[in-house]
Amino acid sequence: MTTIAKPGASAVRRPSGLSTWYTDGWATTKRNLIKIKRVPDVLVFTTLQPIMFVLLFTYVYEGVIDIPGISYTEFIMAGIFAQTIVFGSTWSGSAMAQDLKNGIIDRFRTLPISHSAVLIGRTNGDLVINSLSMVVMIAAGLIVGWRITTSVWEGLAGVALLLLFGYAFSWVMAFLGMSVRSPEVINNAAFIILFPLTFLSNAFVPSETLPGPLQTFAEYNPVSALVLAARELFGNVPPGYPEPDVWTLQNPIATSLIGIALMLLVFVPLSIRKFGRVSTRS
Amino acid sequence: MSVASSTVEHMAFIEARGLVKRYHVRNAPPVEALAGVDLSVEQGTVRALLGPNGAGKTTAVKVFTTLLVPDEGTATIGGIDVLKRGDEVRPIIGVSGQYAAVDEDLTGLENLDMVGRLYHYPARESRRRAHELIDAFELSEAQNRPVKGFSGGMRRRIDLAGAIFSKPQVLFLDEPTTGLDPRSRMGMWEIIQGLVSEGTTVFLTTQYLEEADRLADAISVIDGGRVIAEGTADELKAQVGGQQIELTVVDPGDAELVLAVLARHGASEPRTSDDGRTFTVGVTEGPRALESTLTELNAVGVRMHDAGMRRPTLDDVFLKLTGHMAETDTAADEPAHERAGAGS
Repeated sequence: MTTIAKPGASAVRRPSGLSTWYTDGWATTKRNLIKIKRVPDVLVFTTLQPIMFVLLFTYVYEGVIDIPGISYTEFIMAGIFAQTIVFGSTWSGSAMAQDLKNGIIDRFRTLPISHSAVLIGRTNGDLVINSLSMVVMIAAGLIVGWRITTSVWEGLAGVALLLLFGYAFSWVMAFLGMSVRSPEVINNAAFIILFPLTFLSNAFVPSETLPGPLQTFAEYNPVSALVLAARELFGNVPPGYPEPDVWTLQNPIATSLIGIALMLLVFVPLSIRKFGRVSTRS
Repeated sequence: MSVASSTVEHMAFIEARGLVKRYHVRNAPPVEALAGVDLSVEQGTVRALLGPNGAGKTTAVKVFTTLLVPDEGTATIGGIDVLKRGDEVRPIIGVSGQYAAVDEDLTGLENLDMVGRLYHYPARESRRRAHELIDAFELSEAQNRPVKGFSGGMRRRIDLAGAIFSKPQVLFLDEPTTGLDPRSRMGMWEIIQGLVSEGTTVFLTTQYLEEADRLADAISVIDGGRVIAEGTADELKAQVGGQQIELTVVDPGDAELVLAVLARHGASEPRTSDDGRTFTVGVTEGPRALESTLTELNAVGVRMHDAGMRRPTLDDVFLKLTGHMAETDTAADEPAHERAGAGS
């Protein structure tokens, strides 16, 4: 064998902080992009599931749920967007748990990179997945009759708000992913926690139709604010829709932005700190 | 290695003093995975940390590789404090953990290129080095196919290639051949020996006595979180006491007779093998003890397959030092207490 590891001849560069941050982030993002391309589960969930939801909800419930002044299809789309985005963000959770389980997190932690690099790459991966889902859902929605009735800019703002919420939520899930004992926990927890979170909101029915305590929950549920904000920006709020009696829903865009900021402010540092301490349980 | 022993202390490249790591277990007193470990490894040498499952090997490696903070003690590599200046340690070490740390969905080349980029190699340099390692480690089969589906041996080679990507000064290998078939194990040994001949300092853990004997310049025997013996393989063997007589009988029914004779001529307690047919005992004057033992056994009509003298193996050392045999099972899981705390 020719010399392959002679110490001292190393080409390791230690560039300044910002360019390191960029190249590390890109290297780990690239990893996740390759995985999206190669793992069928991800692509199926990313493209087929949103189509399925659009078709199921619009055709199954259209006849039973009557929203005065607007078609149920137009009412429901913001809800489907929000639910898909929230679920899309759980990839970060299961991926971090998987990395922890199979030992690759130890490899990353012994490389001369910042603690944030792997997390940035992972949450970027979710952003790409969610963007793909958005494109598919918008196309499916347009086919079944959903329309953005405001301007292009407001429509884009709505999409951006949804993606930003998903990105922030990815950091929450990444933290949880590193805190649980196995990837399965994350997948199960996602169903147990996220289904109520998205259904006990105004995503699929107006929250006023919910019984007492559930209505209160739905009014303060951040997903409700996100859904209503998207509805406003897409122009899908039914005419004569009652003015909400809580501040969070009277100002859904502000509430969503505050929620996004809070998630990032709390969970970005928490996740980075956690990453610096976890190691594969062998 | 021809470094005079008097200078060893000053040349230490990897050094640990009084490492203690406790894991807290619910409803039980804390378990000490490391109970005061001192280690000192010279530059350019290979040190094996030899011990059974749960002895604290992985915990020790995790402390040196900045993955785990000990409760007490200090650790330095090349004079750099591992616990306080981990950022300066990481560029000079390479680590291959107990399980191959590769991304299964990426190809061999993509895995290595990612590692290269994270070592901040420029894109072209990273590719070139990745190809170089694929050639050197005979990984061309896994070059353009996702790692998923390749054998354990192949994965470990990719993992090892990642560990030496940046030509580190120190390479940490945690049980590099556990779970590999004999052929892959031999291949791995050759690779490691190649790296050593280029001057890389290697710190490896193993539960295989043969592996420690074959690869390492010096061996630290660890049991229950403590280093209980240290030295070259020969020095350790000498601790057990010079020579041994080994007899294999035809009829295991003769055991009592043989043990009685051996007890009379040996200098230590005679031992019986698992199958009950081979007996060993330490002796002071080998040839004479063997001769008189055989004469006596012939006289009482014990028939033998084999009789002879042998030098003690590391197995003997292990038994002598720990009071139990080394476990050599291939399932390398550390015990529950190591699993419990490592995540937080």
